[in-house]
Amino acid sequence: MTGTGMAPREFLTDRLMLGLVALVALVLGMPSLKPLFATLFPRLDRPLYEAESFVRLTLDHMALVGLSSLAAILLGGSAGIAVTRPWGREFRGLLETVATMGQTFPPVAVLALAVPVMGFGPEPALIALTLYALLPVVENMVAGLDGVPAPVLDAAHGLGMGSAEILFRVELPLAAPVILAGVRTAVIINVGTAAIASTVGAKTLGLPIIVGLNGSNQAYVIQGALIVAALAVVIDAGFDRLAGWLTRWSQR
Amino acid sequence: MTSRPTLHTSLHNRVALLMALAVAVAAMALPFLGFAPNRLLSGRPVSLWAAVQGLDGVAALIPGLVLLATPFLRQTRIWLGLTIAAGGLFAAGLAWLAGAHAATLAQGASAAARTSFASGFWVMAAAGLLTAVDAARRLGLGAVGRMTAGGAVAGLVALQLASGHLDALSILKEYANRREVFADAVLRHATLVAAALVPTLLVGVPLGIAAHRVQAVGRAVFPLLNVVQTVPSIALFGLLMAPLAALGAMLPGSGISGVGPLPAVIALTLYSLLPIVRNTAVGLDGVPAPVREAARGMGLTPRQIFLRVDLPLALPVFLSGLRITVVQAVGLAAVAALIGAGGLGAIMFQGLFANALDLVLLGAVPVILLAVAADALLSIGIAAATHRVGVLPGRSAP
Repeated sequence: MTGTGMAPREFLTDRLMLGLVALVALVLGMPSLKPLFATLFPRLDRPLYEAESFVRLTLDHMALVGLSSLAAILLGGSAGIAVTRPWGREFRGLLETVATMGQTFPPVAVLALAVPVMGFGPEPALIALTLYALLPVVENMVAGLDGVPAPVLDAAHGLGMGSAEILFRVELPLAAPVILAGVRTAVIINVGTAAIASTVGAKTLGLPIIVGLNGSNQAYVIQGALIVAALAVVIDAGFDRLAGWLTRWSQR
Repeated sequence: MTSRPTLHTSLHNRVALLMALAVAVAAMALPFLGFAPNRLLSGRPVSLWAAVQGLDGVAALIPGLVLLATPFLRQTRIWLGLTIAAGGLFAAGLAWLAGAHAATLAQGASAAARTSFASGFWVMAAAGLLTAVDAARRLGLGAVGRMTAGGAVAGLVALQLASGHLDALSILKEYANRREVFADAVLRHATLVAAALVPTLLVGVPLGIAAHRVQAVGRAVFPLLNVVQTVPSIALFGLLMAPLAALGAMLPGSGISGVGPLPAVIALTLYSLLPIVRNTAVGLDGVPAPVREAARGMGLTPRQIFLRVDLPLALPVFLSGLRITVVQAVGLAAVAALIGAGGLGAIMFQGLFANALDLVLLGAVPVILLAVAADALLSIGIAAATHRVGVLPGRSAP
């Protein structure tokens, strides 16, 4: 365990740092690549997407992903805690079934269905992303809390801890790696779905891609795609790092 | 505290109570249908009560009474069975009511008039189905029983669709306008998924076997496939466009292009590889060494051991990888419409770009149905494969 731990960790360090550097360079430096895109695509009048700044789009993209993920963690986390308490156990099977079945629904279809219900704009995107992110969060919350060994809970009871204290000081810390895995799945899916949300009127990094596809401007497509891909890789690498810390911390 | 002890003692199913409350609130307060003179104007709401006409309309709501009674009755096996039937019949009955009332509304209106499902319909139908799902779980219904019940509800709705009873609803008017386009889109969608599966299996299965046998292969392949899986689909489609377009320009007449089905199939394959390679390797890793040794002791050749021992034992895990792959590919193929690959996504995005909401439904609902159907079919396959493995001595079904 300790012998093999070093090499992958160095690889991860590299992936996160390299990704972060690449992301920042792409977001800030894209305008200075204009001559490059002009050379690559000589037939395009406008080789650089300039309707919105990439900084603005990146921040909006992250805000949409962050808000929906946060809402999903709060709602899904509470639901997961509720159904693992004695008073909520009756709802557990239903919640798990909905979480499993819901994840077979393609995210893009859920996003599209939000429009007939709520209209165009960032709000339907936010709702659709939140709903979709709920599913892996709930699933892993329940699985994580379920995986806490019964003897540990008995010991906590024996020490005279109250149920709230047991939840926050024993169950949630022990379940943290599994919960984090669910959050990671949710966030990564949301980074991709948020990009597609440009088709329902949310201004995200998908906007240059959609505009480029509709107007046959390949330069726009590449600019948006590079940044959103870098963003996803960086966030995933960040979660990898976080998971490593958490595992070491919970094994202490 | 003790003001209403009877209510407490007579409450037997709190899940059904929550769903019954949702049905009651939706029936009272939410619009059941929306009726618009044409598809550009926003509709006026039609309540459930306005949509119920005549005795057959009332009859369609009778299963709803069972749903309202369920929370307060003892959850015997018979009653749970009745609840499952009632939940399914209630949802199908709501669709029937909607179709009947849409036809009535269409009689006095122009051909451009639109009747669509509104929030009340969705809430009530979902509550009915969820009550049934929960009752099936309480009853301990197995995979086959659940599929049969789900199939029966789907059959009831399909029957209404086939008989033309729902034709006056806007989503079906939209369908009638583009019957051929729709059939082509479904076929195209399925073809894209199938076309991606061929290279995925041809490359993924040998790669998974290699990763199982040689650890270094897994160490090299999995981080790479994980990164691919992380990249958003729309970005991967976009990034494949330029190189393919350049390649097509270099090889005129080759048919290679940056848009259309080719980049879609390449991207779908790249995404599909991870679950296939991973589950092939994990499935083979899970074959117990004593079983292999016993086979060797019986004089089986390595080839026979692989075909008769390794493959059947690894099959359930492999099939769950295939399930993830197919369900994921159905969704990704919808996104591929953005790069001109066609399929149901094309109808969906056409609706989104033209603000035609019924068109969005016509594209998105079948995508969901395809994904759910693929999931259900492969689940049956997994259950069958697991059952076969479970018969082997020394290994219990997971």
